[in-house]
Amino acid sequence: MKVALFIPCYVDQFFPNAAIATLQLLEKYGCDVTYPKNQTCCGQPMANSGYAHLTGGCDRNFVDNFKGFDYIVAPSGSCVLHVKDHLHDERFPEEAAKIRATTYELVTFLTDVLKVESFDASFPHKVGIHQSCHGLRGLKLAQMSELTAAPFSKPVHLLNMVSGIELIDLGRVDECCGFGGTFCVAEEAVSVKMGKDRVADHTLHGAEYITGVDMSCLMHMEGLLHRDNSAVKVIHIAEILNGGVR
Amino acid sequence: MKVADHAQRAKEFNKDEKRVDWHDETLWFIRQKRDRASHNIPQWEELRNTASQIKNHTLSNLHHYLQEFERNAQANGVTIHWAANAEEHNNIILKLLQERNISQMVKSKSMLTEECHLNDFLGDHGIEVIDSDLGERIVQLAKEPPSHIVLPCIHKKKEEIGELFHEHLGTPKGSADPQLLTEAARQSLRNVFLTRKAALTGVNFAIAETGEFVVCTNEGNADMGVHLADIHIASMGIEKLIPQRRHLGLFLRLLTRSATGQPITTYSSHFAKPAKGKAMHIILVDNGRSRQLGRPDFRASLKCIRCSACFNTCPVYRRSGGHSYNAVIAGPIGSILSPNFDMKKHADLPFASTLCGSCSNVCPVKIDIHDQLYKWRQVIVQEGYADPKKTVAMQVMAKTLASPTMYRIAGKAARTTLKYAPFVVNNKLNAWYLHRDMPEVPKSSFGEWYSKNRKNND
Repeated sequence: MKVALFIPCYVDQFFPNAAIATLQLLEKYGCDVTYPKNQTCCGQPMANSGYAHLTGGCDRNFVDNFKGFDYIVAPSGSCVLHVKDHLHDERFPEEAAKIRATTYELVTFLTDVLKVESFDASFPHKVGIHQSCHGLRGLKLAQMSELTAAPFSKPVHLLNMVSGIELIDLGRVDECCGFGGTFCVAEEAVSVKMGKDRVADHTLHGAEYITGVDMSCLMHMEGLLHRDNSAVKVIHIAEILNGGVR
Repeated sequence: MKVADHAQRAKEFNKDEKRVDWHDETLWFIRQKRDRASHNIPQWEELRNTASQIKNHTLSNLHHYLQEFERNAQANGVTIHWAANAEEHNNIILKLLQERNISQMVKSKSMLTEECHLNDFLGDHGIEVIDSDLGERIVQLAKEPPSHIVLPCIHKKKEEIGELFHEHLGTPKGSADPQLLTEAARQSLRNVFLTRKAALTGVNFAIAETGEFVVCTNEGNADMGVHLADIHIASMGIEKLIPQRRHLGLFLRLLTRSATGQPITTYSSHFAKPAKGKAMHIILVDNGRSRQLGRPDFRASLKCIRCSACFNTCPVYRRSGGHSYNAVIAGPIGSILSPNFDMKKHADLPFASTLCGSCSNVCPVKIDIHDQLYKWRQVIVQEGYADPKKTVAMQVMAKTLASPTMYRIAGKAARTTLKYAPFVVNNKLNAWYLHRDMPEVPKSSFGEWYSKNRKNND
């Protein structure tokens, strides 16, 4: 199975450990993984700001890097959702369509394609799960609290296979953390307040770590925790599933 | 450029964090009530689907249903007026009142008359309008616009309402007892109901098949006003139609469960024809609705039944307050309706969202609210209403990210700056840094790590 590793730009630059854990996990489960080295960004920052018309260059670069693989996997719900919803390339429309259909967020790839049933991982900590909105409501990684429908959660399913982990309950199971891309600076006051409230929900319920599939939300909450000199840490779900010991 | 936008007004609102917490928790409580009410109905999602389809169908055949409604209402003895815009709507009402020498009118809740700024218009012509819905009455006394379409004074604490009532209704100073305040409003409104010759109501649902319409209230104020007045004027947007009476039950089941978590409003008042010796007039108002109907990406916004579930679930609305939207209808639905009225004035609203998508999930008629927010952003930029500085920044960003070489240089530069000259970034000019630390700088990027550790893959 030829898998291309898609590492979102900010993960590449600031959170290489999440990317390394993703690579190692995929390798462990027998994937033939390639990291196309000229990848940059999916174009979401421009598109969500109203500048989708400027994303042609990113789209073409993405297609050049990621065509010809069986699957494309990324440790991010948000960037994957953007690719699945918005990637277009007038030069290679069929390749672009295939990429949209075969791009996966890591957790979904582990549960739905690799169908992983066990992890050699231990994480003896109290952990709160942050349901990032694009992963949850965009990619349907778990049931959404608004709907009248049977519960399920792919991240919980995987984390329950990690030894020693204790998942905590939250007051508001899937409220947005307020990151929101450029929203985090354009609407600084509301973004920060949303982040503070989300972090407080985790800390009040005893979390030692906050985990999730999107490093962007975690980066936002980490910035608040760090400023507050909190002992609570953030960690990408790939790092827990890849062994996790801290 | 505009003087203030949503972000600035939201920043003001956030200066009082305790108040933000109170506002957030009050509305979250209503969201939870909505969850309990909807989760108790196993076929809830099926109801939403059906309602959505009925509304889609109605909008696609609006010309037909409007004419059917007009015919049937006229046959019932109701006078129908057509208003292309707010001005026509207001003038029709003014004429109806002046013909009857009426200088005072009682009005039950109607967002459409807010949209048309009817109270100010009639006031300028010497006609006094009293809002009879308690929340609306409170904001009217405070000379403020409603901050929420179902809970107009949700931004006010009971102590503030006590002050207001002390000033206007003579309640004891310092009293904030809800029962006492409600009683004072009731007594004062009772006199209004008894003396007004004209009553105006909004319309929640109008039934094409029968020419009837339904007004949903919890206070019974619509009925009180209408039954004691000589003329009942009902203002409705043309999107309020449903085809048949049998569809009504579906919408009534959805409306209040979505709004407040109640199974149904206390009063669902059906109006079909004028009582003996009295007059009933319905004004069918377009005011931009047919323009919105002509926008394929945004027409579904006209399915809205004004339940406000999207307000209550919106994490941004709860923490920025209704007035931060500076629009007749705030919240997520207001952010997709308002740019249709005035794109320049409301260019900020589609950006007052993280696109979290919770609004679309609670919407009882399944409007794709967060997708429309994304689409409005594109339209607003294309139409030239974005900040030119932002446009330049985005152009630079797009160019950098489209080139692997420039991306690597920029990434390295950013990490180097953060590591060796953090003061360049960690200052008050950086909105991120005001309340958040920047991420720690790693030893290398993943790309650099990969080149060293997975050489065979080159």
